[in-house]
Amino acid sequence: MTQLPTATQKKLGLVIDLDTCVGCHACVVSCKGWNTENYGAPLSDQDPYGADPSGTFLNRVHSYEVQPDEGHAQLVHFPKSCLHCEDAPCVTVCPTGASYKRVEDGIVLVNESDCIGCGLCAWACPYGAREMDVAEKVMKKCTLCVDRIYNDNLPEVDRVPACVRTCPAGARHFGDLGDPDSEVSQLVAERGGFDLMPEMGTKPVNQYLPPRPRDAEPEYDILAPYLEPVADTAKGFAGWLDKALSALPGGR
Amino acid sequence: MHPAPSVIIFSTLSGLGFGLLFWLGFGMPGPTGLTAFIFFAIAYLLAVGGLLASTFHLGHPERAIKAFSQWQTSWLSREAWCAVSALVIMAIYGAGLVFFSTRIAVLGVVGAVLSLGTVGTTSMIYAQLKTVPRWHHWSTPAMFLTTSLGGGALLAGQLRFALPLLAIAGAVQLYYWISGDSRLRDSGTTLASATGLKGGSIRAFEPPHTGTNYLLREFVFVVGRKHSHNLRAIGLGLGFGLPILLMILPFHHVLAGLAVISHVAGVFATRWLFFAEAEHVVGLYYGKRTA
Repeated sequence: MTQLPTATQKKLGLVIDLDTCVGCHACVVSCKGWNTENYGAPLSDQDPYGADPSGTFLNRVHSYEVQPDEGHAQLVHFPKSCLHCEDAPCVTVCPTGASYKRVEDGIVLVNESDCIGCGLCAWACPYGAREMDVAEKVMKKCTLCVDRIYNDNLPEVDRVPACVRTCPAGARHFGDLGDPDSEVSQLVAERGGFDLMPEMGTKPVNQYLPPRPRDAEPEYDILAPYLEPVADTAKGFAGWLDKALSALPGGR
Repeated sequence: MHPAPSVIIFSTLSGLGFGLLFWLGFGMPGPTGLTAFIFFAIAYLLAVGGLLASTFHLGHPERAIKAFSQWQTSWLSREAWCAVSALVIMAIYGAGLVFFSTRIAVLGVVGAVLSLGTVGTTSMIYAQLKTVPRWHHWSTPAMFLTTSLGGGALLAGQLRFALPLLAIAGAVQLYYWISGDSRLRDSGTTLASATGLKGGSIRAFEPPHTGTNYLLREFVFVVGRKHSHNLRAIGLGLGFGLPILLMILPFHHVLAGLAVISHVAGVFATRWLFFAEAEHVVGLYYGKRTA
């Protein structure tokens, strides 16, 4: 049904740390790999080795430049996938009921055998999270790796979304954002996590952590301390000699 | 938005066909026999032809029947219900006129309301989308409804209604354009709100991929300002100005036919612009919108 549940038991989602993301696109590759071989229709490519390649991806990494009024620009790598919104506009517009939000964990999914490929859900999504597969002609989107996170055949360490499992920088976190005591909720509270396009009223579950401000660079010379004189005033024999020589005509 | 021919043909022809059915439902004109058959045949060719064209943009048209299930939340599903029930009821009403020379007034009125309802639900598919600020406004349904009523009246030969309605439709169209030009800017959605990044001016530095993708093909279509102005003038002139002028002239069937052709051509131009000029906010992530 395309009527959204009034509340979900859990709010499973991702927390993405824009401070830590190095922009390696490993999450993009692992997402494509897992989701091409598992849940639903494969993610096709068109002309992948030709002059004009394109394909279906459920996760893409943008890069933005933030230029402050003074100082150096900061480059921010920005992974973006479905935010599993609480008030998901993509679900309510679906005419067939193919799109739905799960009551048990809040994951937004597409039942591909009901999808007529009208594309309206992708129009309704402000984040560009849904892509129509050109080969299968059905709508594809992030499933939060629903076929990994509950999969008893996988070792426990692997029961997280493929993008989270693969991230070499630890920039992606998975958990229940509906539980204020969960690690992800704590992280959001601690770091000031935010919604994307809050004005759209979609109430995204996924949260983004802001890049930390750059450290101010103190001005110092790294070698100077080693070049300073060890002693300014001579003592003992060297002190007597210094004084005696200074007393001579032409002395200092 | 990508101006897909299937959707442009659908909204232009179906809008006109259901507009004609609206007037036929109210018995304006109220022909019987062969004349009624010709009127209804034209209306059904336009309405059904448009609906068929719209199924070409579906990935899986064979599952279209499922689109009737979610009328409680989905405007597209409501449109499906309105269209089919309007066509069924008007078919019975039309059969009465054609074969039995009987006008079942209740069916006609219900069918007329459903016909206009179809155009209304079509327009709400677009107007409901917050993601396209230009569409997310009352002037979108106003523009679709007045155009359909005016064009339908013109086709039904109801000149005393067609004249003022086409004038109103032209004015609404103009208002839709002028007010729409600043709607993305006024919506408050920017690259800053899209990324949540603070502390300076933000620009898209690198896209996620070197090639294109579905999102760019579907949502990021940019029309040159000059083209847009020219097409607006053509759409307004052919769609509304010239038909009004031709109606003012002494009545002749050739002039009336010209007025209809001119109107359809003009509405095609405005509907192409309706899609081509609509800015989807996802373009912000790709640095493709200046707002």
